[in-house]
Amino acid sequence: MNDNSRQLENVSVEARNVYKSLGGLEVLRGVNFKVNPGEIFVIMGPSGSGKSVLLKHIIGLLTPDSGEILIQDELAGSRAAREKYRMAMVFQSAALLTSLSVGENVGLYLAECTDKKPDEIAAIVSQKLEAVGLKGLENRIPGELSGGMQKRVAIARALVMEPQLFLFDEPTAELDPPMAVTIDEEILKLKTRTHATSIIVTHDRTLAFSLADHVAMFADGQILFVGTPDEVKRHPDPRLQDFINAKPSISKPA
Amino acid sequence: MFQNIGEILVLFWRTLQALPLCWRNRKKIAYQLFEIGNVSLLMVCILSLFIAGVTALQTGPVLVERGLGSVLGGMIGLSMCKEFAPVMMAILIAGRVGSAMAAEIGSMQVYQEVDALVTMNINPIVYLVLPRMVAIALALPALVLFSIPVGWFGGALVSTFNRQIDIDFAAFFSSLRSTVEPGDIFNGLFKSFMFALAIGIVSCHQGLSTRGGPRAIGRSVTKAVVNSIVLILILDYFLTRVLLYIQR
Repeated sequence: MNDNSRQLENVSVEARNVYKSLGGLEVLRGVNFKVNPGEIFVIMGPSGSGKSVLLKHIIGLLTPDSGEILIQDELAGSRAAREKYRMAMVFQSAALLTSLSVGENVGLYLAECTDKKPDEIAAIVSQKLEAVGLKGLENRIPGELSGGMQKRVAIARALVMEPQLFLFDEPTAELDPPMAVTIDEEILKLKTRTHATSIIVTHDRTLAFSLADHVAMFADGQILFVGTPDEVKRHPDPRLQDFINAKPSISKPA
Repeated sequence: MFQNIGEILVLFWRTLQALPLCWRNRKKIAYQLFEIGNVSLLMVCILSLFIAGVTALQTGPVLVERGLGSVLGGMIGLSMCKEFAPVMMAILIAGRVGSAMAAEIGSMQVYQEVDALVTMNINPIVYLVLPRMVAIALALPALVLFSIPVGWFGGALVSTFNRQIDIDFAAFFSSLRSTVEPGDIFNGLFKSFMFALAIGIVSCHQGLSTRGGPRAIGRSVTKAVVNSIVLILILDYFLTRVLLYIQR
């Protein structure tokens, strides 16, 4: 059982030559990268390139066919990694438990994995929901919320864990611009408050370039380039430039 | 098939290992118990009444014709305790509760809710499988215990009011009392407990194995019910052999 009051330490993440095939298709083809403790690492790349599969390897939902991913000094997905480090993931689909209310979803980790009393849990839940702009919605069920609101509940649910490693799969997708900014701020606050290491998979260039300490460009199952946002913007590789400078080429009808 | 059997055995073993966490999950177990009882009680009542009733209807006239009417109560009493109540209630529960378990867990698997639990360090076996297994293992024997007297009453009712049988309540229950022993009721309860474990583990395993979309959930539900019923009937034969051997 985890203890929320435990002293948090920064964790690093390192992928070493990770390969993975799913359904006969090679999704990850020798992925290598290192995320330093406490930094925000953004993985950008085209849809279907395997970014979410990579996140699932880091959180331990999938295991590589070969290669390894280390969370600090432990293999990702191992019991030791789960026991030593608190990790949370915000799924692209939010993945809220539809049979539970919003409040129960957000407080689920505290109810199941800690000895906190119901009133303490309720207070934390209320605080986290307020942080994502959903105060007072504790008794609603996920099916009554919009996609964007569900995503914010999922973020609140992850925030409750006070994780050392925070994984986001498209955190700002389906959110309106002000709320996307709120989520960006929340990720930044998390960095300054808890020094959590964050790995974000996104298409959102604004989010990537405003928050990231390092950006990785991911395509065809491989990391093409890792650098600071400025380095990525200046990199001459046309695949990078096509992705980060993509604009509609259709002119407006007169 | 062998892979499935292996997975089911591993899931069962892990569920057994999680048994010490029952108290912590008591609310979820109570909720599941209420769900199982709530959806099944009326059906159990109707099924028991009519199974025993139709048995009396089919066998009563033949026994009476041969001068064996005095054994009808005992025969219905024994068959309800040892076979009809445990097997028919198990099939009913496989259809009503096993299907619901497979559908709910399957849907959670497909929509990444199970993955979300894992990322929160919540063991899906403890959170999803344990409460359902404990609840069904308690509920099915309880339903069978309720079903047995209801079935006896149904058999007595038909025996009394069917003119071809015409055995009154007192004679029916006198025959039943002289034939049925507490061990026979325990026999049925033990069988139902084993059937409950089979339904629970097969349905939960099927739910957790669901991959794909809504169509996969439908397939999982069908498989859970069919496999549970097949397993119940196979188990019934072997348990009966073992129990008969022990009773000798």
